[in-house]
Amino acid sequence: MNRIIAALLYAVGLPAGLLAGWWLVSDGSTSFFWPPLADIVQAFPDTWNSDRVLADVLPSLARLGIGYAAALAAGVGLGAAIGLNPRLRAFLEPALEFFRAIPPPVLVPVIALFAGYTGWTSKIVTIALGCLWPILLNTVEGVRGLDEVLLDTARSYRLRRRTRLLKVVLRGSSPQIAAGARQALSIGVILMVVSELFGANRGLGASIVQFQRTFAIPQMWTGIILLGLIGFLLSLLFRFVEHRTLAWYRGVRRADRRM
Amino acid sequence: MPAVATEAVALDVRGLQKTYSGQGPSVEAVRDLTFVVRRGELVCIVGPSGAGKTTLLRCIAGLLATSDGRITLDGVAVTGPPPGMAVVFQEYGRSLFPWMTVGQNVELPLKEKRIPKAERQRLVHAALEAVGLTDSARAHPWQLSGGMQQRVAIARAVAYEPSVLLMDEPFAAVDAQTRADLEDLVRSLWERLGVTVLFVTHDIDEAVYLGQRVLVLSNRPTVVLEDVRIDLPDRRDQLETRSLPRFTELRRHVYELIQLAKQGHRPENEGR
Repeated sequence: MNRIIAALLYAVGLPAGLLAGWWLVSDGSTSFFWPPLADIVQAFPDTWNSDRVLADVLPSLARLGIGYAAALAAGVGLGAAIGLNPRLRAFLEPALEFFRAIPPPVLVPVIALFAGYTGWTSKIVTIALGCLWPILLNTVEGVRGLDEVLLDTARSYRLRRRTRLLKVVLRGSSPQIAAGARQALSIGVILMVVSELFGANRGLGASIVQFQRTFAIPQMWTGIILLGLIGFLLSLLFRFVEHRTLAWYRGVRRADRRM
Repeated sequence: MPAVATEAVALDVRGLQKTYSGQGPSVEAVRDLTFVVRRGELVCIVGPSGAGKTTLLRCIAGLLATSDGRITLDGVAVTGPPPGMAVVFQEYGRSLFPWMTVGQNVELPLKEKRIPKAERQRLVHAALEAVGLTDSARAHPWQLSGGMQQRVAIARAVAYEPSVLLMDEPFAAVDAQTRADLEDLVRSLWERLGVTVLFVTHDIDEAVYLGQRVLVLSNRPTVVLEDVRIDLPDRRDQLETRSLPRFTELRRHVYELIQLAKQGHRPENEGR
């Protein structure tokens, strides 16, 4: 029990210290752009009331969810196909490397040209395209790195194509897929905001820009804090899922180290 | 051929030839291999290192296409992995699925054969019991020692009820004591379950100790140098059998054959 408390204190120590520091340093600040943290905290519940949550925060999160899920499905599907097929890989690899090198925010105006500035489509496409590359390329690597003996085993026991794909190929490359999905999640959060910076009037990112343009500075800060909290919670959720599904991988790594 | 003889033949390898061709000069790994494994036999294949043992095994397992010749299992030509064959690989750690428990590893091939659940559970339990791992059914392979992992692989193969069990240097990576235990395990499984076993090894002692016959291979390109009948008593014992004068004779004979093979000796009737 004591150890759990100690671990908890250790984990929250730095964030608490930073918050306290912010509170103290900004206390009594008269700078317009650096309002006291006390003011920001006070503005938080008024700013993010149920209306705003329903009209701005949840739609943004929904777009993130849809875009991310689409990227996950497409990335894993295409990645497995490319990883299993050396010729397809040789054919596609240079193009993939090129697309990967393009910073996703650059695509926002381009996508908006085709899919419109205001609707959901352009934002979802932006998020999905940005999240796709790390998932796709990591899946290709994971599938390519599968153990030959494992695949031979699957073949010699005549596992059906579907079983081989789901229970051997994808399961075996799931550690790399998870690594790609983790990268993609942070990119997704960034793109959720960036996709709303151009010509959107609702959404979490759009709200923050709106506050900034109308000099509602404490409100702007609350938005930034909210974004940070969302990112933090999403990564916690991700860690939780990863922890449960990749327990075997941690076990294998521990066993390898013992040898 | 009389019907009785075909009935008794499990695996028939005729004129097997394998040439690797790719970039650069093509390499002839296996030249002309012909042998028969009868139902219920335990045959060992031994050869100098680099004799193409693994190539031969992968061809028989249907994992590698042959360049020429014919392999038949239960009278059916092998073109891909055949239904009646189970393979135990040397790399036990890499042939078990680490994301599945021991029980799931054994059960998966049975699920694919669409064996009903109750029957499946019975087979899994029986196989794990046969290798002495009933208590580890819910463990993951990486929680077990090397020898135990190889037992799991053997259990998976046994539960599959193959007509031929193919073993590719299965004990090359385990320590000497575990190895002796596993050898006796194979021998007892073979006796009790009546499976046909083709056991590839580079270890002369192991081949003579386990087999009813030992096929000695030449060096590359591989042919069968001699088919040695092991006329030791059926009941093998690590201490007694290995100290029999006949064991020493056979071991010596196979050893000399391997030495000849290393020097490039080839059978006289080659190239007929």
